[in-house]
Amino acid sequence: MPKTMLTVATRKGAFILESDDRRDWKVRGPYCEGWPVYHAIYDPTTGEIYAAAASEWHGSAVWRSADLGETWEMSSEGLTYGDEDGRKISKVSTLARAGDRLLVGVEAPGIFESRDNGKTWSLLSTLSGQHGSESWDDPANQPPGHLGISGFVTDHGDSDSFFAIVQGIGAFETEDGGSSWTPRNKGLRRDWPADYEDVGFCVHKLVRSSDPQRMYQQNHVGMHRSDDAGQSWTEITEGLPGDFGFAAAVHPHDTETFYVIPVDGGHGRTMHEGKATVWRTRDAGSSWQPMRSGLPQENAHLGVLRQAMTIDTHDTPGVYFGTSTGQLFASADEGETWTELAGYLPGISSVDVAVLD
Amino acid sequence: MADVRLPGTLTPLFPGLPRRVEVEAATVLAAIDSLETRWPGLRDRLVGEGPSLRSHIHAYVDGERAGLDTPVADRSRLDVIAAISGG
Repeated sequence: MPKTMLTVATRKGAFILESDDRRDWKVRGPYCEGWPVYHAIYDPTTGEIYAAAASEWHGSAVWRSADLGETWEMSSEGLTYGDEDGRKISKVSTLARAGDRLLVGVEAPGIFESRDNGKTWSLLSTLSGQHGSESWDDPANQPPGHLGISGFVTDHGDSDSFFAIVQGIGAFETEDGGSSWTPRNKGLRRDWPADYEDVGFCVHKLVRSSDPQRMYQQNHVGMHRSDDAGQSWTEITEGLPGDFGFAAAVHPHDTETFYVIPVDGGHGRTMHEGKATVWRTRDAGSSWQPMRSGLPQENAHLGVLRQAMTIDTHDTPGVYFGTSTGQLFASADEGETWTELAGYLPGISSVDVAVLD
Repeated sequence: MADVRLPGTLTPLFPGLPRRVEVEAATVLAAIDSLETRWPGLRDRLVGEGPSLRSHIHAYVDGERAGLDTPVADRSRLDVIAAISGG
């Protein structure tokens, strides 16, 4: 079996876990000098690991490792709105590979790109001109921890077509490398008033199946499915214990199978009833099954952030999730049974998996 | 030459950067820019948009709280502190 590698971003640096059989795992780290890391990914295009990090002292930067985490460099060259703009980069939130672009989403909302694999950066787009941008482009509306680009959906081979999520606003798609954008929020639910019909939605996580027409999302209010590449959405919450959550993952070989981790939508934002549970649908959201075997079922008040669940590409895929209190769980059988890989990591922001030949 | 003292969180980021270094500079910003020429990327770790010192980076010239444009004399001591955050 080829090696499986997890890249785990935490509030105190990045960690690497490796296994040849998905039973015994070796943990390495912390890396990135213990900086808070918000999203870390293995990039199959270059074989490098990238980590979006933001130190409270030393600002935001993207760390990169060309040797699977043994050594690291960092750069923020060009990762700025400039001295005159008024907006500040308070955090780099998320990373993705799109063709020859390496993308990073930041707070205040903006997308920067690197064409040299993270050594230098330039501003690609703030989605200026979109409905709502008059608010998110206003430096006065930049409270720390809110309103950033919180996620991408990309095709590793396509530089120009990708989705970006503006926190609290919605999902947008570009087909020309960020020059123009189209809101992709039709059919989503919202339980609050909004100034515009096409934006004002709270998209937490967007994932695309092996069929690009089939997408799923975890929203602030409800799980949703799209059968037309995000042009319209249908709610599929019924059967779940709640409509709120962050993490989501789609099966790599089966477009009908999708995983979510509902959490309480109030202040707690932990799993319902203190029972750690991953919910799985095998029929594109028509029905849901709780996956609990091996997960703690008493006093397990665990939260999982939006980038903190992933799934590998083995024939029988493994599912992985990390909690905001530092537990890392894995299933090597599509969610049927679970084991704890690590119990005392720092709070986990993201989990990424790669199968290395 | 001003006597610059740097925070311990900075030195692991730049190979060869000592905690204590001497620079020829007229202001705090000029001192940081002088270090930038020797350790590219260092300025961005201390200075954000504006430019302004990052919010949890404090500078002191001869024991007095300083900003980026505070003058630095030939024999000044410039302390750069990583303050307040952590935990």
